[in-house]
Parts: sequence; structure tokens; C-alpha cells
Amino acid sequence: MKRSRLLPHLWEIQNNYGYIPDHSITEISQKLNVSKIEIESVVSFYHFFHLKPTGKYIIYLNNSIISEYKGFREVKAAFEKETGCTFGVYDKNPLFTLFETSCIGLSDFEPAALINFHPFTDLTPEKVKTIINQLKSGVYPEEIANNPVSKIQYTPEYSKTVFFRNYTIGNSLKVLKNNSADEILEKISLSKLDGHGGAFFPTATKWEYCKNSNSEQKIVICNADEGEPGTFKDKSLLRNLPGLVIEGMIIAAYVTGAEKGYIYLRAEYKYLLKKLEDTLKEFEEKGFLGENIFGINNFNFSIRVVLGAGAYVCGAETALIESLEGKRGEPRVRKYFPTEYGYLGYSTIVNNVETFAKAARIIELGTDFFTNLGTEKSKGTKILSISGDVAKPGIYEVEWGITVQEILDLCQATSPYFIQISGPSGECINNKEFERKICKEDLLCGGSIMVFNKSRGVFKILRNFIQFFKTESCGACTPCRAGNQILYEKIRKFERGLCSQVDIDEVKNWGNIIKLTSRCGLGQFSTNTFIMALDKFQDYFSLKTVEVNKNLNVEFDMESATYDYDEVIKNTQH
Amino acid sequence: MKNISFTIDGRECTSVKGENLIEAARQNGIFIPTLCHFKHLNPIGSCRVCTVKVNGRTLAGCTIDVEEGMDIEVNTPELLDARKAILEMMFVEGNHFCPSCEKSGDCKMQKLGYEMGMRFTRFPHLFVDRIVDARPERIVVNQNRCIKCKRCIEEVITTDGYKVFNFTNKGNETKVSIDYEQEAKLSDAQAEQAMHICPTGSILVKGKSFSKPFGDRQFDLGPKGKMIRLNEVKKYKTTNKKKRIATTSLAGCFGCHMSLLDIDLGILDLIELVEFNKSPITDIKKFTQRCDIGLIEGGCCNTDNIEVLREFRKNCDVLVSVGECAIWGGVPAIRNTVPLEECLKETYLNSITSEENETIIPNHEDIPKILNKVYPNREIVAIDYHIPGCPPNANHIWNVVKSILFEEEYSIAYPEFKYD
Repeated sequence: MKRSRLLPHLWEIQNNYGYIPDHSITEISQKLNVSKIEIESVVSFYHFFHLKPTGKYIIYLNNSIISEYKGFREVKAAFEKETGCTFGVYDKNPLFTLFETSCIGLSDFEPAALINFHPFTDLTPEKVKTIINQLKSGVYPEEIANNPVSKIQYTPEYSKTVFFRNYTIGNSLKVLKNNSADEILEKISLSKLDGHGGAFFPTATKWEYCKNSNSEQKIVICNADEGEPGTFKDKSLLRNLPGLVIEGMIIAAYVTGAEKGYIYLRAEYKYLLKKLEDTLKEFEEKGFLGENIFGINNFNFSIRVVLGAGAYVCGAETALIESLEGKRGEPRVRKYFPTEYGYLGYSTIVNNVETFAKAARIIELGTDFFTNLGTEKSKGTKILSISGDVAKPGIYEVEWGITVQEILDLCQATSPYFIQISGPSGECINNKEFERKICKEDLLCGGSIMVFNKSRGVFKILRNFIQFFKTESCGACTPCRAGNQILYEKIRKFERGLCSQVDIDEVKNWGNIIKLTSRCGLGQFSTNTFIMALDKFQDYFSLKTVEVNKNLNVEFDMESATYDYDEVIKNTQH
Repeated sequence: MKNISFTIDGRECTSVKGENLIEAARQNGIFIPTLCHFKHLNPIGSCRVCTVKVNGRTLAGCTIDVEEGMDIEVNTPELLDARKAILEMMFVEGNHFCPSCEKSGDCKMQKLGYEMGMRFTRFPHLFVDRIVDARPERIVVNQNRCIKCKRCIEEVITTDGYKVFNFTNKGNETKVSIDYEQEAKLSDAQAEQAMHICPTGSILVKGKSFSKPFGDRQFDLGPKGKMIRLNEVKKYKTTNKKKRIATTSLAGCFGCHMSLLDIDLGILDLIELVEFNKSPITDIKKFTQRCDIGLIEGGCCNTDNIEVLREFRKNCDVLVSVGECAIWGGVPAIRNTVPLEECLKETYLNSITSEENETIIPNHEDIPKILNKVYPNREIVAIDYHIPGCPPNANHIWNVVKSILFEEEYSIAYPEFKYD
């Protein structure tokens, strides 16, 4: 067994036994000639692998902020009541084991849960009761699971639609035959395609680095691990247009000369796996994948889907590569680009699902189609996933340059107050900024827009975000791992009404230190929203903070500090 | 191999192309602090305590190979503060009780605290309960002290090539775990090497701790003649001819007061210059006059401590936390990782000497209530200065007092700045 096959192998064991038993770890470690702790270290990194036995049905309930506002707490209580289990505890119940999990890409159907990786959406305590009773009576989850379609709420007029337009398999690939790799690259470059995963690195530059690398092998990886809470736009492509994404990968392979491709699919989207594999098969049958693709000599390319196992950080490209290699998904030290030293040391390009799909459309529709769409720096359209306090949550394909207000009108937001752009690691905006434009010149958006109305507490939003980073940090560097724990305590203090201007200044100062010193993007962006919110929602903060006497510059809650003691005394008095 | 030139804080430096920045800086007489960095290792870049700027971009110094023309910033105020903050994060994330640590005096992290002049941490301590794993053959892994630098993961390998340590879990639950099977294969020398490369007291070898007395430990003395400036001391100008000082011991052991009396001949100067108001030394129970300086020993573990502390804040112009307990809780705060209920029950109801149903947890309206945890003084009132140590060196206390009262710049010798 190769180390790089570790994740698929662990999945097999997890599926067979419901957990990774000690004897399997021993076996694997012997096969790979490593110590047991090394395998355990990988297993324990991923949220969906378990070291202790689980029940027949593993339930993962999403705890994102959208879920929290749509009834997470009640649904969670209902699950515990109906199953008799406790969340996060391996309580040896033969039927059920319950876990909270970070966003599962169903923000338009919250609260949502995965039961044995089948989606259950729009949950209510009553629904939970029915589901659990059905499962108890022997119904299979797949029989009663929901089939949440990606609701495509808006596309521009047809002549301006890039993604959600008619699709014929292989249309973009036809162009390859009459164009050299350089000519294709030129088209990508002219249409100013940037990585749509959120970092917006110029795609043509990345592909060119890889093309010019003298690496003995080249690798194309599709990053289908969209873990940013509130994002479900890649899912809409994987579900509706998997062929387009695959075509984008084939084009990338044509340009770079890669022969191997991987789609790193987040396990939360396991229910899309079959469709993806079927599409790959169709491509192979049509001769679009395999050897001498489209009759082009020596153009060989194959794609394999690899399932992630529940780790937000694996959406970072170098962490994803590490994960594919069968390791913990810790982002690499920023020393080399993956195009210099990537998967197994080979020159590698990692692009987001949407980027590949867009690349395919660029080749299919031509550069002019794109240069006429969008703004000066952002060309074409962008897929947004909109959720929260809106009447029409779902997928929106919009032209770059659209204003926030226009978006809010489209999705019929109700008294919007706090808008989170690009998920927790993005930025928040207040109602004075609704004229801002979504584009590179102004406000970039990776794909997630979460709308919160006036009744939603800012602290609750921030607490949810920090908690997310606290649990999803890879744990390797101090500022991100410890810093987010420290900020978590701080936001709790804010919630308890014990903070003053001193604390506001501290958050700014500490947040900037974490930003400055963290090892990868996760840590660097983890404090953005908190820092921004302090200024953008100043009124809220001044309402919720206290004035303190200069010398007693600290607010102290004596009542809660003595609460424990009073309780103990009360309970031990005879 | 060719020589290249680059600049550090504007200073021309030269080195061999591709040399690691930490080494290259050292060759040019510039010190960049490190904890996870190990000369021959692949850069890990995990601790971030070597954060520098290269051509304006913030990076971990240990991950950089120097190149011609690089513009490197090391000692700018921003970077000095950021690096110190990272070290402080390590102190608050774990449970680092220097006075009770086997590795104290030989601990690289502690030494870095001295180098950076860390008197207190700007962050509140997290006090997460962590395990001490004594199951391995030779090694004890104390998770309270682990800073997750990964040195042991990369470096401790059995003779037949197996890793002994590795990370498990992720996020805030990340910890270094040990492979019992592989650990058993380590030779005595290898086990000791593991203890040696651990920059804190997280990896210990059974029967090998506390081997050296105070004064003989690796970092006790420090660079000869090195002095530590007492900066950031709040200067205070008083018209009183004789300055007044008040002192108290809250949740402390009076060790700091004992140390205060250790200033030897200085005590003769002291009584000339100052008079003591409320203090155990004078046995004055209530403030009779406003004081210039209040010296607080110990943190707050009960409601009375808080009242006394607030009283001090009201009556003293400059308030100084003296010793580890006052600064962040110290030894009494060892209980902070355990729920109060468990602590009290273990102490009063379930201990071997207490008879069933015969003992109670003391409580009466006249005795103060125990707080849910031990609080550092700066979480209750504003504190103007912190004097670390357990106890702080007498000279350290005395020089701080002099700095405050007489507006003169004093320094203390390196061995007088300690956490134990």
C-alpha cells in the first residue's frame, strides 16, 4: 500500500467497522513501515474518522451560524432526546452516535444534518422525531434522506450567463485540437481568470509556472473541498455541471502536460460521489479521458476522485496536497509554490471547482464573451451562495460588479444589518456599505454571502466564527491555535457584558498579531471579521460595553465568580 | 558557494547563498529568537517566535534561505512586540508553573521569556486541564507544558527508524502523543536526548529530573555582566519627604515578603527613606494615610482578597504585583484547571483523613467565599507594574521601588530576573 492511498483505505475501514480499530492501525502501520502513532495522528486529525466504536447511524449536525439562527439548538436537543445519546460522546449506543460538525454546504436548508452522509434538511424537532423513529424501525437513511437540489435563484440574461447555460459534453475540448497549449493559455490569460476559491490568484500564471516546470510528472488537482461556512456554490456545479468541471481539468492538463488529475471532494458531499464517478466514466467512454484524448497524440490524462474526511483546513491548497499524500492536513511552510513542489514533490496546480468550470467556458465561448462581461479587473460572472435572513436563499450567478444592494434585492433580504462576505474568513459589512461592488476593484467575494437582520446579535455571529476557527485550525502554529482560543474567551467576556474600551483595543491589537504571524491563510484571516466588526458595528459595541472607573479599569463579575462556591455549599449541606 | 549580501534592519550583512536566515543572522551578530528551529531540521515554522519581515512580507525566519539583496527586518518595535506576544500566547495556552517545574532553569522557553523581558502576559491564562502521561517506560509527557513545536516529532526516532512522537487531534485539541511501543525501544541516551531537545519541561525522563541545584542550571546565570533595564516603570513624583509604602499578601505564601526582607543592608536605606503603612510588617490593619506604593503579593482566590485589593487600589498611587501568584495566579492557580466543586470535595469531604458525614466544607457568613478560580490581580484592578519571580529577587523588588520613587533608571543583573 502506498502512503498516498491512506485516506481511501481509512475510509474503507471506517465504513466497514464504524471506526478505525486498533488492530487496523497496527496493520496499516506495519504495511507502511511507520509507527502506530503516525497513523493515529492522521486518523485523529480528520473529523469523520473515529478511534472509538460508533453506532449504526452517525449523525453530523451542522453548527454553523446560519444553522444556529434557524433552530440548531432545538434540533440538537431533539436529536439527544429521541436517541438518548449526547453530542460528541461515544456512548456505546448500538444505533446512534451524534456529532456537531462545521458547515456542510446546505446553508439554504438549515438546520441540516448528515446521517451516514445522506443529507437531511430543514430539520425541526418534529422532523427529527419522525426520522429517528423511522431509523429505529429499520428504514435505511438513504430511503428517507432529502435530495436538496441546488436552487438556482438567479442567472443573468442568457447572453451573459457563463455557468448555468446549456451544456454539451466535450464542447470546450473540441477547441483543444486546433490550438497549442500556449494558445489555450493565452485565452485564459486574456480573460483574466482568477482563482475562484477565494484567493484570486491569476490562473494563467499558475498554469504557466506548471507548464514551464521541468518536473518529471505534473498533477492537476480540483479543490472540491469548499468548507468556508455559508458556501455551497461548488456543490451546485458538481451537481448540475460535473462535466464542465472535468473539462476544465482536462484543459489544464492539456496546457501543463499533466497526466494525473485528482478531485479532492469533501466528505460532506459524498452523496455527489456517484454522479461524479459516472460522469468520469462517460468521459472515458467518449475518449475524453484516458490516452490520446480527442485523438491528440500523447495527450493522456486520467482523473481519480479522493474523498476528504472532514477538515476545513484541507481547502488550503498545500494542506489539501498533504492530505492527498495521506498525511495530516497541515498547510506547508510557505517556501515553495505547489507548482514548484507539490503533490509528492511534482509540479502541481490546485484550482477550485468554479475556476475549472469557468476555464472550460472560456475555451468554449471564446475570450470576447468574457472580456465584455464584468468589470475591468474581474471578468465574467461569479456564482454566489446566499443564505441567512433572505426570502430566497440559494445559488445566484451574477455579473462581477453587481452591488450588494442589488444582491440583497434579488434574494429579498429582510432588514439586512450585518452581511458577511466570503464566510468567516472574509469580511463583514454594515448597511452603509450596500453600494459597494462585488469585484476585484472593491469587494472580492469567494462565494458565500450570509445575511443577518437587525434582530441577530453580533456577538453570537462572532462567537460562532471564532469557535469555528478554534476547532478547525490545524493546530500547528501558535498564533492561530492559541490566539483563537484567547479570542474565544474574549468574545465570551463580551457576551457576559464585562468588556470595556480596553477590551476593544486589545482585540484589535491581538487580532493583528495573529494576522501578522500565522503560518497560513486560515490563521491570517481568522481575526479579520472580529476586528472589522468593532469599527463597523461601533454602535452595537458601545451599547454592549461598559464604562469603567480609571483605576478599577476592569469589570469584575463577583456573582458569577462565587456562584460555584454557593452551589457546592448548597448541595453539600445536610 | 558564493557570498551574498543582504540587509538586516538596514545593516549590511553577508553570508553564503542559501544559508538559513537564523544562522546567517547569527553569523552577523544578530540574534533572532527561536524555539522550534533546529539546525539540521527541515524548517518547521510552527512556533512563529522567529517572525521577521522579508521584503515587507511577514514570515517565520527559520523558513527563509537568505538571498542576494534581501531586505530583512528583525528588531522593529512591531516585530519585537509580535514575537513577545507569541511567547506570551505559549505561556497562557499551557499551564507553565515554573516554580514547580523540573526543567526550570534549563528551559529554553523560560529563557526566552527572560531575554524578551516578559514580566507578565497580556493575555489571560486559559487554564485548560491537560494530562500528564507517565505510562511510557522511561519518559513522562507533561501536556501542560507542551508548546507543540514538533521538535520531538521530527527528531526522536528509534534506531530502526520509527517516530516516537506525533501530533494527534487538531485545532485547540492538538497535542503531542507518544507511541508506547516505540518509546520502549529507546535507549537511555535516546530518551535523555528527547528530554534535552524539548524546549520546555514537557518531556522528562523518569529519575533524571531536578538533577542540578539552583544556580548551576543552564540558564541561571545568563551572559556575564548582562543587565536588564527596568523600563516601563511608572514614574511617580511625590512631595512627601518620606514615602509611604503598603504591602499585603493575598493568595500567596508570604515568600515574597520574606524576599523583601532579604535586601540585607538595603533595609537600612529603606527605613531612612520610606515608612510602611498598612502592611504585615507593621501590623497596621487599615490604611491610615494615602500611600505612594502598594506592593501586592498573591492573587485573588476569595472574596476577601478582592476587597483588600480594591482597597489598595483606592489608597495607593502606584500598585505593583509582586511575584508569580500576584501576576497570574501562580501556584494557587494550579487548581484553576479543576472545577471548584471537585477541589473542595477532595479537600474536605473525600480525603483519606476525613470521615464520612463528619466533615463539611467550611462556610459561614463571616468567612470569605472561595472564588471559582484564582484570579490574577490585573483582572480585578489596574496594576502599574509586575515583578516576576517565585519569590522575586530582593534586589529586583528594591530597584523597582527605587525606580518608581526616585525617578532614576535602575537595572538589575540577569540572574535577578526569574520566574522561579
